[in-house]
Amino acid sequence: MEARKRLSAVVAGGALLLAAAACGGGGGTGNQPGESTQPSAGGGGDKAFVWALSAEPKALDGAYVSDGESLRVVRQIFEGLVGTKPGATDVVPALATKWESTDATNWTFTLKQGVKFHDGTDFNAEAACWNFERWFNFKGAQQNPAVSYYWQTVFGGFAKNEDPEMTPSSYKGCKTEGADKIVISLASPSASFISALSLPSFSMVSPAAIQKSGDAVEMKGDAPEFTGKFATEAPVGTGPYKFVSWARGDKLTLEAFDGYHGEKAKIKSLIFRAISDAPARRQALESGEIDGFDQVEPADVETLKGAGYTIQERPALNVGYIGFNQKLAPMDNPKIRQAIAHAINREALVKAKYPPGSTVATQFMPPELAGYNEQVTTYPYDVNKAKQLIAESGVANPTVELWYPTGVTRPYMPDPKANFEAFKADLEAAGFKVVVKSARWTPEYIDAVDNGKAMIFMIGWNADFADADNFVGTFFQAPQKRWSFDNKEIFGKLDEAERETDPAKRTALYQEANKLIMDFLPGLPYVHNKSFVGLGKDIKGFLTDPLSNENFSLVSRG
Amino acid sequence: MLRFIVRRLLVLVPVLLGLSIALFAWVRALPGSPAQALLGERATQAQIDLINRQMGLDEPIYVQYFRFLGKIVQFDFGTSVQTNQPVLDEMIRRFPATFELGVTALLLAVVVGVPLGYFAARRGGTWLDSATITGSLVGITIPVFFLAYMLKYVFAVKLGWFPNTGRQEARMLNVEHPTGFYVLDGLVTGNMAAFWDAILHLVLPAVALATIPLAIIARITRAAVLDVLNEDYVRTAESKGLTAGVVTRRHVLRNALLPVTTVVGLQFGLLMSGAILTETVFAFPGVGKFVADAIPTRDYPSIQGFILVIATLFVLINLVVDVAYGLIDPRVRVK
Repeated sequence: MEARKRLSAVVAGGALLLAAAACGGGGGTGNQPGESTQPSAGGGGDKAFVWALSAEPKALDGAYVSDGESLRVVRQIFEGLVGTKPGATDVVPALATKWESTDATNWTFTLKQGVKFHDGTDFNAEAACWNFERWFNFKGAQQNPAVSYYWQTVFGGFAKNEDPEMTPSSYKGCKTEGADKIVISLASPSASFISALSLPSFSMVSPAAIQKSGDAVEMKGDAPEFTGKFATEAPVGTGPYKFVSWARGDKLTLEAFDGYHGEKAKIKSLIFRAISDAPARRQALESGEIDGFDQVEPADVETLKGAGYTIQERPALNVGYIGFNQKLAPMDNPKIRQAIAHAINREALVKAKYPPGSTVATQFMPPELAGYNEQVTTYPYDVNKAKQLIAESGVANPTVELWYPTGVTRPYMPDPKANFEAFKADLEAAGFKVVVKSARWTPEYIDAVDNGKAMIFMIGWNADFADADNFVGTFFQAPQKRWSFDNKEIFGKLDEAERETDPAKRTALYQEANKLIMDFLPGLPYVHNKSFVGLGKDIKGFLTDPLSNENFSLVSRG
Repeated sequence: MLRFIVRRLLVLVPVLLGLSIALFAWVRALPGSPAQALLGERATQAQIDLINRQMGLDEPIYVQYFRFLGKIVQFDFGTSVQTNQPVLDEMIRRFPATFELGVTALLLAVVVGVPLGYFAARRGGTWLDSATITGSLVGITIPVFFLAYMLKYVFAVKLGWFPNTGRQEARMLNVEHPTGFYVLDGLVTGNMAAFWDAILHLVLPAVALATIPLAIIARITRAAVLDVLNEDYVRTAESKGLTAGVVTRRHVLRNALLPVTTVVGLQFGLLMSGAILTETVFAFPGVGKFVADAIPTRDYPSIQGFILVIATLFVLINLVVDVAYGLIDPRVRVK
């Protein structure tokens, strides 16, 4: 009997432990999520704002990262010469109060005075030029496109390109004119350069802090490694928040910077946590562990709204499209491409599968941007027209391969499979034979698309910066394997548009380019989708930004 | 005994060598590359080529393998593609989380599973027995992620008894983590609130992770106890007048626990694969979540490092189980 009693005691003990834990969580000595047991860093007892990222940031040096989650944090610690108006796409002054150029090649920036970095050093003309020269002189692993992606996208190469195939840099140099003026010179005129500078990747960092902590990147084994500590342990900028600590995997803590030159942050502590699982993010909001997160699943929007959470719409600075690879017959046949465009019922799809507010796309860029053309050729849903075009194409019983990605949701494509099913049904109704192809988004699917293996593929684009160049310029300014066409007229028009400094002329050129593109029909844009941000019930002042560059210093609790 | 241990450790060498070759080939046979995973829809061919050249991914695969092997023997697992930090650092950083979770789950499985199996056997045919059998069947068949979401919904979102995600309440500021074992850290730093908070964070993921091992352990214990109860030596012990306690302890449990020990050791592997799911759903920053994030990003070094380390641990734990076996069963030692 003795042993039996002992075993019973063990069982009872285990049960007790669980029960105790349960009680503790419910009340008693435990803490409800959100009740800090420690005084907050800045005193005043204000509750930290917790934002759930979908992935851990890679590093906190804007020049080294291109992923949205890193840039979101970088945006809070750093500022660039220019920024965007909170909640809008307009380029507005940040560390530069104004900028001007007569030839779009030499740009003079007047800098804000009295600005200090978090380490107490001055931001001035010398520091600004130092930053540009730092990026321009990147070496070794710093030239890896995975490291300095945005520099390479905007400025091409470096002072000394280490890879022979890298394009020469369009950046020529930076010189100071007194303490508050700098002149940046480009190799060729560019007007998209100014909106590109609003990217958090072109944030001004403290030269003294870089020299102190180091910014080395080394190729170690198979990947570049951030061996310098600036990007991972000691980032120093001029932004409204300063870096406190980063326990990788757990949380990243920022604190309001008392010496900020603009309006100071309303919430003292800002915490980022990575929760990669989408349902887990929603549940974390519901249990109060976090105050907000991005990419609320459309199916959850009404539920969360009903429960009293604030749901904000993110303007649709994106485009979802299906691309045609013209190397793979019959996609080289314009009549077939037009037949597909008429066969697909884009209105029905957007209405049925996208959240309210999403719109049918008529071209490869959203209407919010200058250069959008109301007059492009549209291809309204018309099955008979599609059948007629197939007949005219000379291709009997056309067979097409339709690719869709699995294991992914994108802002412009919340449910790829639903889109795929709609497209397939529409194509079959018009007389196409559809061969189904699918692959995991990364990297198989992207691989197939980029290497020109996918005949008809579903993909899209989210803006990096608010400029037509970031859409049509990215897709159609040079030959790419995914499209496999060589249309000199389109390439030339986009080159011309990128160089034009006069805004009105530039807009007109992009409008012409959009017309050309939609006549040529390299693919079929079908949606500009809104996405949603979910916020806690007491959160005020959050301005959802079209480019996901939310400024958390504006946030408060009501 | 020492010779036995050394011999078993030597076996690790060919096991790991074979595994590293298979692993290396498998990871690289997956379509796509880290470059595409990194840049997504933004990748241009020139950038992909450049990244591949810089990462040495354009070299013949055997050259890549020998370079990898040369580094592994120096405990250099390379740099993670997803975080750009050394893989070894990443694993060391995340190991305490997985260890805490795994140990808690295993303890839960043993502490509940063994007595449950024992009583089910002792009371064969009663409601307790049927409940244990049915319950363990449910435990084995219920998908871990489903159970995890349900647990979270009921106990975190609806009742608010337990935290939902992570290892520590994010809004607790100034919490120190000198060892990385958050429960221990709370004790070491004298921060009892953080200590209790870390325990609360362990409960739901540990319950989710423990269900399968618990069910298996309960069933094995029940079967083993039933076997032993029918043995002649138990009847002899009872008939020579030993107290029930002595019979249970010396004759029933000691013999019945032999197969249970083996199973507990083997559960370790299950716990590791379960941790990948559980840690993802609970955003629990352990090694399992790290490797779950490594696969879609084609983070070759992290995937390779993780599997090699797990394989080594698996072999070592089985060794510990075999040694423990010897302690419980003198016959094994004699052999």
